[in-house]
Amino acid sequence: MGTISLKNARKAFGDVVIIPGASLDIRNGEFVVFVGPSGCGKSTLLRMIAGLEDLTSGAILIDGKDMTEAAPSKRGLSMVFQSYALYPHMSVRGNISFGLKMAGMPKAEIEAKVAKAAATLNLTEYLDRKPRQLSGGQRQRVAIGRAIVRNPEGFLFDEPLSNLDAALRVNMRLEIMQMHKDLGATMIYVTHDQVEAMTMADRIVVLNRGNIEQVGSPLELYNRPDSLFVAGFIGSPKMNLISGKPAEKFDAHTIGIRPEHLGISLKDGTWSAKISLAEHLGADTFLHVDAGPCGMMTVRAAGEYDAAPGAKIFLTPEPDRIHRFDKDGRAIRK
Amino acid sequence: MATQQTRTLGKLAVSPSVLMLLMWMLVPLSMTIYFSFLRYNLLDPNPICSLLTPGALLDAENRCLAGFSNYSYFLTDPAFFKAMGNSLKLVGWVLAISVASGTLLALLLDQAFYGRGFVRIMMIAPFLVMPTVSALVWQNMLMDPVSGFFAFISKSFGLQPIDWFTYHPLASVIIMVAWQWVPFATLILLTSLQSLDEEQKEAAEMDGTPPLSYFWYIVLPHLIRPMTVVILIETIFLLNVFAEIYVTGTAGPAGNLPFLVYQYGLIANDIGGASAGGIIAVILANIVAFFLMRMIGKNLEA
Amino acid sequence: MARNASIRRKLVVTAFAWTVGLVIFFPILWTVLTSFKTEGDAINIASFFSTGWTTEAYSVVQSRSNYVQFAMNSVILALGSTFFALVIAIPSAWAMAFAPGKRTKDLLMWMLSTKMMPPVGALIPIYLIFRDFGLLDTRGGIITVLMLLNLPIIIWMLYTYFKEIPGEILEASRMDGASLGKELLYVLTPMAIPGIASTLLLNIILAWNEAFWTLALTTKDAAPLTQFIASYSSPEGLFWAKLSAASTMAIAPILVLGWFAQKQLVRGLTFGAVK
Repeated sequence: MGTISLKNARKAFGDVVIIPGASLDIRNGEFVVFVGPSGCGKSTLLRMIAGLEDLTSGAILIDGKDMTEAAPSKRGLSMVFQSYALYPHMSVRGNISFGLKMAGMPKAEIEAKVAKAAATLNLTEYLDRKPRQLSGGQRQRVAIGRAIVRNPEGFLFDEPLSNLDAALRVNMRLEIMQMHKDLGATMIYVTHDQVEAMTMADRIVVLNRGNIEQVGSPLELYNRPDSLFVAGFIGSPKMNLISGKPAEKFDAHTIGIRPEHLGISLKDGTWSAKISLAEHLGADTFLHVDAGPCGMMTVRAAGEYDAAPGAKIFLTPEPDRIHRFDKDGRAIRK
Repeated sequence: MATQQTRTLGKLAVSPSVLMLLMWMLVPLSMTIYFSFLRYNLLDPNPICSLLTPGALLDAENRCLAGFSNYSYFLTDPAFFKAMGNSLKLVGWVLAISVASGTLLALLLDQAFYGRGFVRIMMIAPFLVMPTVSALVWQNMLMDPVSGFFAFISKSFGLQPIDWFTYHPLASVIIMVAWQWVPFATLILLTSLQSLDEEQKEAAEMDGTPPLSYFWYIVLPHLIRPMTVVILIETIFLLNVFAEIYVTGTAGPAGNLPFLVYQYGLIANDIGGASAGGIIAVILANIVAFFLMRMIGKNLEA
Repeated sequence: MARNASIRRKLVVTAFAWTVGLVIFFPILWTVLTSFKTEGDAINIASFFSTGWTTEAYSVVQSRSNYVQFAMNSVILALGSTFFALVIAIPSAWAMAFAPGKRTKDLLMWMLSTKMMPPVGALIPIYLIFRDFGLLDTRGGIITVLMLLNLPIIIWMLYTYFKEIPGEILEASRMDGASLGKELLYVLTPMAIPGIASTLLLNIILAWNEAFWTLALTTKDAAPLTQFIASYSSPEGLFWAKLSAASTMAIAPILVLGWFAQKQLVRGLTFGAVK
């Protein structure tokens, strides 16, 4: 039930390789997030799983069955598109029921399913409206409703929240997570937003230039990034990356230290730095400092840190929180 | 960005239209090429030709092969040069008139005034008129030297009425055809003008740009692309103007290439000669098309 | 002050635009007016507006040359050729817009270039083929020709309209299990209704007014209004009231259609080439 496996799935357009070869096993009921910068191939990978793109080579197994060549609708998957892709000429009811009609389900059964989905998603009173009469959040719900009614083995989400404003995005994030808990279905969720990835995922798949950089739970990625890329991508604000002389002292080509793992002192410390800018967020203060040979760094100070630009401070990294990387950008582990 | 499956379906979906257009192009064209090398007159039953020229090569239906004689005959016919000149003049003048006045009319229609929708439909209307109708109406009721409307106007100003179709047959046809195509140019250019960014207009106003410079540096560059569209589409139709000449009987003085081929074929029944003429028309049109296609090709990329 | 000036300006523009519009529209207006005069009044412009109006010309035209049959033919030819062209063009345009290959642009260019081929290059063979297969002066034959004639333009226009539709919606229908036929019928076509309507309208106009093939290939049974009018070139052309009545009847259906579907017309007349 609901396992999805990629076996060295490769995608290339002629000489242009989009995905050099991805292998991944997704367990039943898991919430997996594909994350990476734009153009990293995460959407392509999702569309390959959906059957909207071919594989150049390799295989996709769903529920243990080879689905590499199967038509999208035969894979038992539903997809929620970035633009929602609602049928603009159909009512909400028509949108939600279209897939069931295509499957030839009896009318009464369709009615019941649509009513149930609409009730869960608070869409009951909008069933006869057209998509253009709905707000962004409601359209999003219709897109989800359309995915739910087909009772799929797995859900695919392609950056579903990127068109919503910030407040609504947080709400919908919670709703999708609740839905995952209620349905227990496998979900694959694509986003470029690492905060979304960290908050929603059971496991995160970090993609970079079509390669899977690392797969792991949010905290694994946060605590033990395998590569410089993952280290720089996961966490906000970004990890400070320092190379050259200061890194050599730690037997590494590059070292990384997160802003929240730097101790601040006015008297002494490992590195001295000059404050160039302070961002006051209330609960935290982020100091952007010029740390001489270490370059520009970001430091988190708890609470309302009173800092004047130009003031001199000392920074000390927490020793067991220093990430070391070799010159190929791979993590050095003891 | 699609799967192999959709691409295969796509090929299936385009094939009917590709096959039909291919047949529509190739079958008549190859027949025309073949006929152009025959001595083939519908009024001249085939065996006689072989009796008159003993030893002539015959095809399966006993028609004499003519070599390039149809071509040399057509190309040396003084009517050919006349017709080609008329074709080019007709296309050139109508294009010039419709692009120039189309631009002016579009600028006018882009202004705010009362009854814009109504004026717009009045200006579009000529494009909806059947060519045969416009030809007859212009020739008889407007341009008639005795009781036509233009003659009436001239006379009421005390001027000598112009006998349009007798002394200026080509100009008459050009005016008539331009009347039909100016609305088309106006409409395309107007649509494009209306898509000109409102903020650009406001920015120009803020900068105090004088109207003429505004037109020259902002509006005109914006209109270049739709102008190429106008030129492309009008050329396709203007090269093949036929009904206006057919109906007004200006064949001799104003006849263009299509009309000359029609005369050869369906009036003189000289299929061989008409086919040679048709092939020459196709070659000339392709030369024009080559340049036009490159132009619109660039547009398609943008 | 500024407001007054802008109103004055607007009034000036209004007067000017109406004048220009009326000048351009004049030949049509004059034709319609003349059709309601007697033959004697029609050629006497000086007293044109001081004499009476009559529908006499219409009854003469109607009794002498069976207008209804010509009009019927025009309707059948225009609608028939448009319908078949759409049936063939929609799948083609879908394929080019949503499943493009490397050659798609060349294919579109090639299709448009077939329009560049002068009809005279094909006239003789088509005439002979029609003669040998008994297609001369048949509706089926002309419908086929008109369909092929406008197919490239229809495909081109539909292609431009389809390009505006997000591919994700069609992909969603594929995820929903719609076959290609259902995708075209239930999703793409209803979404593209405005574009299809404009295409349809333009094609009806082009087919209605087509006056090369209809003049060359029809004589009586399948003859549309273009022939009806051409028969007035002489000597009836001298009878202006009757000529005007016949002309008015030939162009009225398209003018009325254009009037009621102005929005589609404007969109259609730009051939989908300019947005």
